Amino acid sequence: MEEKLTLFKNRKRFGIEKNIDIIFKNASLVLSSFVAIILLGIILVVFFQSFESFSRYGLKFLVTSDWNPVKDEYGAFTAIYGTLVTSFLSILITIPLGVGTAIFITEDFVPKVFREIIGSFVELLAAIPSVVLGLWAIFVMEPFFRAFFVFLHSFFGWIPLFSTEPTGRNSLLAILILVVMLLPIVTAIARDSLNQVPKKLRNAAYGIGASRWKTIFSVILPAALSGIMAGVLLALGRAMGETMAVTMIIGNSNAFSLSLLSPGYTISSMLANQFGEADGSQVSSLFYAAFVLMILSLVVNIFAQWLVKKFSLKY
Amino acid sequence: MNSLYYQKKLSRNIGDKFFTSLSVICALIAILPLIFLVTFILIKGGSQITPELFTLEPNPPGDDLDAGGINPALIGTLIISTIASIISIPVGVGGGIYLAEYSKGGSFSKFIRFGVNVLAGVPSIIAGVFIYALIVSSKILFGSMYSGLAGGMALSILMLPTVIKTTDEGLKLVPNELRYASLGVGASMYTTILKVTLPSAFRSIATGVVLGIARAAGETAPLIFTALFSYYYITGFGDLFYEMGSLAVLIYNFALEPYDAQNKLAWAASFILVLSILSVNIFSRILASITEKTKRV
Repeated sequence: MEEKLTLFKNRKRFGIEKNIDIIFKNASLVLSSFVAIILLGIILVVFFQSFESFSRYGLKFLVTSDWNPVKDEYGAFTAIYGTLVTSFLSILITIPLGVGTAIFITEDFVPKVFREIIGSFVELLAAIPSVVLGLWAIFVMEPFFRAFFVFLHSFFGWIPLFSTEPTGRNSLLAILILVVMLLPIVTAIARDSLNQVPKKLRNAAYGIGASRWKTIFSVILPAALSGIMAGVLLALGRAMGETMAVTMIIGNSNAFSLSLLSPGYTISSMLANQFGEADGSQVSSLFYAAFVLMILSLVVNIFAQWLVKKFSLKY
Repeated sequence: MNSLYYQKKLSRNIGDKFFTSLSVICALIAILPLIFLVTFILIKGGSQITPELFTLEPNPPGDDLDAGGINPALIGTLIISTIASIISIPVGVGGGIYLAEYSKGGSFSKFIRFGVNVLAGVPSIIAGVFIYALIVSSKILFGSMYSGLAGGMALSILMLPTVIKTTDEGLKLVPNELRYASLGVGASMYTTILKVTLPSAFRSIATGVVLGIARAAGETAPLIFTALFSYYYITGFGDLFYEMGSLAVLIYNFALEPYDAQNKLAWAASFILVLSILSVNIFSRILASITEKTKRV
């Protein structure tokens, strides 16, 4: 009896152990709030750095395209237009390609081994650094497409989008390299959401006599739509912020042109080109442009997350 | 009777064939760039690999036929990614532990998880802009401006969301029975986490973290105006506070040079960078599939 009691005598933890436990919990709490601090810090720092430029040019900055450090006149219209055009056009090309590839991987057209190989190939493409893609674009893609661009211009030159003589680097090349970058993102997410569609739905559709593609278009794709849309939006956010590959191939010209065959500019390529050697009010204007880019990508990203939460699969 | 046989000419069968071939074409177009990319990097980069490449400094661009080596950039990439890991792994793993082990799904943890996703979507160049404003232009690090340290900090911002996410998800996969057993024999919460749950989630967390490091090592945009670039050997600890080269920035700078020698060096650097990143990826993939198989048995 006496022995048993001593066994349970020290039921309480030592003070030190208790304290360590509390410290450990609070430390992890602090570390997790770092995320919020950094995020808020980024928004606040970029905003305050751009304040000088913001108060001087206001919203006019968004619609004018002078960029003249000598005269101290700044407007980022060309860059903002370039960001929006390159990202939207590239995502428009990527959607059918990526979803088509995802369907190919999830259907049983070829044995599973081949599909898995293609799937992991596409995923490996996502791991290649964008600066390497840029290098490849300069030395392989640009010469490869040169003749095609000349053809585009000579036959479709009457369309404003192809109205300038192609001379080396241009916006269309930037769009194409963005497609290469976005394809893995859209394919991977589309594949995952297609895989999540329950087999029951497919069997039911087959059972009432629908053909394979009727099933895909009317049953499976609608069921996976929210996931695919979220993936597309995430890819769009990536396209807007993508810097290196675009900077290396877009030609970096602040002269506004509707034509995709002329050199262009995006916000991120402007930052990459000018930040290192900027001074005075140019720095503040660059921060202003960075702030615009950040807001654009934040809006797209938050919308994507909202979409996932709102329409996540109900099966 | 006819309706029981497969009829080629029915519009539904023609349509099916059409769309099937369309998706095959999509898949072909999707893997074509990767094949072209890898072959060009292997041929153009692989043919430049010499022993001197790893030991020499790059020569400043000019008409020289010999561009030198990439030693400082190689070491710089290692140092900068190490700095990024030293910052982001403790913070990320600690944050992930809070989310997975302590938080009870309240609004705070929801907000943090949301913040992690948003931070993951912040363009990488914005991380560079942020560190530029915070550290480079303010000269807060003992008066030095562009430095390897600043570059590492910029990369750590990009790594942080990956580390938190993989820790959070890895810990969530640990069965609750293990926690109950540990707490049941009288272990305190931190002992349970450090001795039971973290070790059993170690492999999945480590895989995620290593993939995160591999991605960060290839990032260029956050480095071009934080770490800048340097042509000179890294000789000592003090060099952390000065401009530091990296493979990624070397590729960017030298790809845009008009000289053939520098372009070749850029290809060689891409070869090394891509080879190491792809091998890390493939290795972790194989490791993951092996663990999956052993778990099933």
